[in-house]
Amino acid sequence: MTADGLVPGQPAEPLHARRLVVIWAVLTVVAVPVVVLLLGPHLPPGNLSDEARDQRHVNIVLAALATPVLVGVWVYFVYTLAAFRQRGAALEDGPPLRGHTGTQVTWVVATGAIVIALAGWGTYELLGPAKGAGGGQGPDPLAVPKDAKSALQVQVIGQQWSWTFRYPGYGAFETPQLAIPAGRVVELHVTSLDVNHSFWAYELGVKADAIAGTDNVAFVRARHAGSFEIRCAELCGLWHGHMRTTGVVLSQPAFAAWVRGQEAANAAATKVLPPYSSHYFPKPLRRAG
Amino acid sequence: MKRARHRTATPVPPAAAPPAGEQVAPARRRPIGLNALTALALGVGGYALGHWVGSRIAIGMDSQTATDQDDIAIFMGFVFAVAGWLLGLGFLSYPLSRMAGRPPALREKEDEGPGRYFRLCTDHKVIGMQYFVTVLFFFLIAGLNGMFIRAELLTPNESLWNAGQYLSLVGLHGTMMLIMMSAAVLGPFGNYFVPIMIGARRMAFPRLEALSFWLVPPAGLILLSAVAFGGFPTGWTGYAPLANEARGGMDAYIFAFALIGISMTIVGVNMLATVLTMRAPGLTWDRMPIFVWGVLCTSVLMVLAAPVLFSTLAMATLDRTVDTSFFLASAGGSPFLFDNLWWFFGHPEVYILALPGFGIVLEILPVFSRKPLWGYRLAVAGMVGVTLLSFMVWQHHLFVSGMNSDLRPFYMLTTELISIPTGFIFLNGMGTLWRGRIRFTVPMLFSLAFFSNFLIGGLSGFFLSDVPSDVTTHGSYFVMAHFHYTILGGLVFAFFAGIYYWLPKMTGLSFNERLAKLHFWGMFVFFNLTFAPLFAAGLLGMPRRVSTYAPRLQGLNDFVSISAFLLGLSMLVFVVNLVYSMVIARVPAESNPWHSRGLEFQVPTPVPVKNFEQTPLIQSGPYDYGVPDAPPVAALSPPARVAPAAGGG
Repeated sequence: MTADGLVPGQPAEPLHARRLVVIWAVLTVVAVPVVVLLLGPHLPPGNLSDEARDQRHVNIVLAALATPVLVGVWVYFVYTLAAFRQRGAALEDGPPLRGHTGTQVTWVVATGAIVIALAGWGTYELLGPAKGAGGGQGPDPLAVPKDAKSALQVQVIGQQWSWTFRYPGYGAFETPQLAIPAGRVVELHVTSLDVNHSFWAYELGVKADAIAGTDNVAFVRARHAGSFEIRCAELCGLWHGHMRTTGVVLSQPAFAAWVRGQEAANAAATKVLPPYSSHYFPKPLRRAG
Repeated sequence: MKRARHRTATPVPPAAAPPAGEQVAPARRRPIGLNALTALALGVGGYALGHWVGSRIAIGMDSQTATDQDDIAIFMGFVFAVAGWLLGLGFLSYPLSRMAGRPPALREKEDEGPGRYFRLCTDHKVIGMQYFVTVLFFFLIAGLNGMFIRAELLTPNESLWNAGQYLSLVGLHGTMMLIMMSAAVLGPFGNYFVPIMIGARRMAFPRLEALSFWLVPPAGLILLSAVAFGGFPTGWTGYAPLANEARGGMDAYIFAFALIGISMTIVGVNMLATVLTMRAPGLTWDRMPIFVWGVLCTSVLMVLAAPVLFSTLAMATLDRTVDTSFFLASAGGSPFLFDNLWWFFGHPEVYILALPGFGIVLEILPVFSRKPLWGYRLAVAGMVGVTLLSFMVWQHHLFVSGMNSDLRPFYMLTTELISIPTGFIFLNGMGTLWRGRIRFTVPMLFSLAFFSNFLIGGLSGFFLSDVPSDVTTHGSYFVMAHFHYTILGGLVFAFFAGIYYWLPKMTGLSFNERLAKLHFWGMFVFFNLTFAPLFAAGLLGMPRRVSTYAPRLQGLNDFVSISAFLLGLSMLVFVVNLVYSMVIARVPAESNPWHSRGLEFQVPTPVPVKNFEQTPLIQSGPYDYGVPDAPPVAALSPPARVAPAAGGG
């Protein structure tokens, strides 16, 4: 692809282009399976949710596509630098090649085709099978999973410097622990009380910015019980690096029990909370200084 | 009578101009001249005065006086400081003379001696050298901040710095690098070589050119002064509303970045006007050096993007000083407004950094392959394509921000489309090497490394442009590694290629090649060892801009930190080489050490004040290596009145 006949070869050295293609093809045939089969299963973010799995799938495809390009350009550079280096100290000029229409057209068409195909496939994945793949989609999500109507609603509230979670389906109690049931679509409503944060549940494959005044919706469906790391992924001030906690995926009965316990434990506090809303403005933002 | 003394400079014939940097006694003594020292004194005095004025203005404004750091006073201080600085340099001499009814003094260009490097001087070559030293100085400071960051990350918990100091280091490193690297190529090499490459005697607006430079040192110093105000917590992006609640260091950040915005706009206007109107006869569009194309495209980006930066920062200033609420959701504003305005500037800014790098490497490859630039028109198309597309991709920084989700496929498409024109640059480079006579000089090594680094940076961009993949990589060390591969691996490698290629022409002195090669190999190897593992760190869940991370990532981070220190050491090799070659050894360089066809290498070293005795007549393209019977690139003393009109095209 990269090396194919940059010039109509002169009779003295006719084989460079062919050699390059062969080296590139051999290395690609070796490297792509290595990337897909050996590296692929270890690519993040893992297997805990449908969304994480979809992301991994996309990452494997992109890695498989990037490998031949990387190998091709590197092979080309190493080969040409070795083959066409100036031997001896004499200063001599190379052939005055100014370009080759066929090669240029091929290159433009090939890169254009790869790029358009990638964008088309990416859009199909995003809106089709991957259903947004865990990213924050704003108040009007476009890619909605099949069972979204029966989704568990969880509000994620970022503030300097902690995360809290409200469960509007259960009296809208607020808790610093995030638990979600396995096998059920969860609709996360991410918002902030102060500056921009970003809710990043790494193993779940969820990231959604928390911005004051905005209801940022992300969907996730955990596949099995487990735990996941929650971090803030948008610089939010002094203790940004400490804004982390661990969330859990529970089996459905365990989740039901957990929710009942939380509801009871937080009953007193829930009474004095502001009514559930897509966003809150608890205090005017004043200077910290 | 300060003014009178300044005006007494008499024109000196070009032949008498001493070589740059050589110790020559100044022709006249200026006990109280208008120079950088006067400017610094007036700048500091101006800050004190402005701070006092600002604190009087703020009386009665609770939001200001209730805090221990009064933003109005700080901003007014900076405004007066810059005014004092420019007054001290003599920028106001012209309007002041006119107001006093005196004939204005415009003799800066004929200045001579080493002192001219510390004064307002309108010689584009002097400005190029001033830019070079200034940018390099701040680049090294910003790099040192990077070392401090990596030292903290040796352990998973806070150790060396507290959280506030760490964030300030991150912000200073990023902001300083961004504002200095925006000027790294256009400042030194653009100002010095663009007029020579196009056969002109000066830039279109020499005094604006001087102004664009003299805004850079106060911007750098004001940014550093953020430390004195307690630093700033936002990183280089300065996101509101975090910026609204930050302390006085934020004012320094905003003011410094806005100054650079002004400087960038001026540079862009000046370069555009120069390239469009001042090309020598015969320099048609298809004979223009590709570096000049890179500068031209960058200038377009600067003229269109930098005013957006300035406006955004002006809005942030109003939010901080007079309690407007552009970016405060609780008072009817929107944090999204800042995000979008910021990246509308911020993404073209990325190409403001990349395009001059493309220009430099494509300028250098033909010289050391001894072949014409392969696919010249495609290279130009690539640069123009990048320029146009760069304004249509900015929301890929906001894929998970909660922006309108219908827009995401569009920005995914435009982001991926931009790799097509970028791919042209690769094809040009690869085609130029084909069947060449490749010589591995130091500038060539840096140019070749550019392609390897930028390739990795570009391919990692594919992951970031694809929304599902971006969900994990956004805001992580993956992004951080990606843009270090494109900016440090791309632009900074090209910057060093330019230094080794052109500095011998600028100073008339050659580099020590052994040290230069040591610098290259150290930088290339340890750059890759530093940033390649950071892709993994990001994929494994490490967010950017944190001083604490999961203990499982400590091994990886320690490896990166040690590589980063060795990368820093390679920079030290460069500094040693620079001082040794330019100050101690002083081996004279040939006038055309690389046997280049470029017009800038056809003029004598040191370059005369007027560059050319007469306007040269361009006869052929700059890359006609190996072309039988190719005429010299230009006739430097063409017979009078045969020159055709300046190139169309």
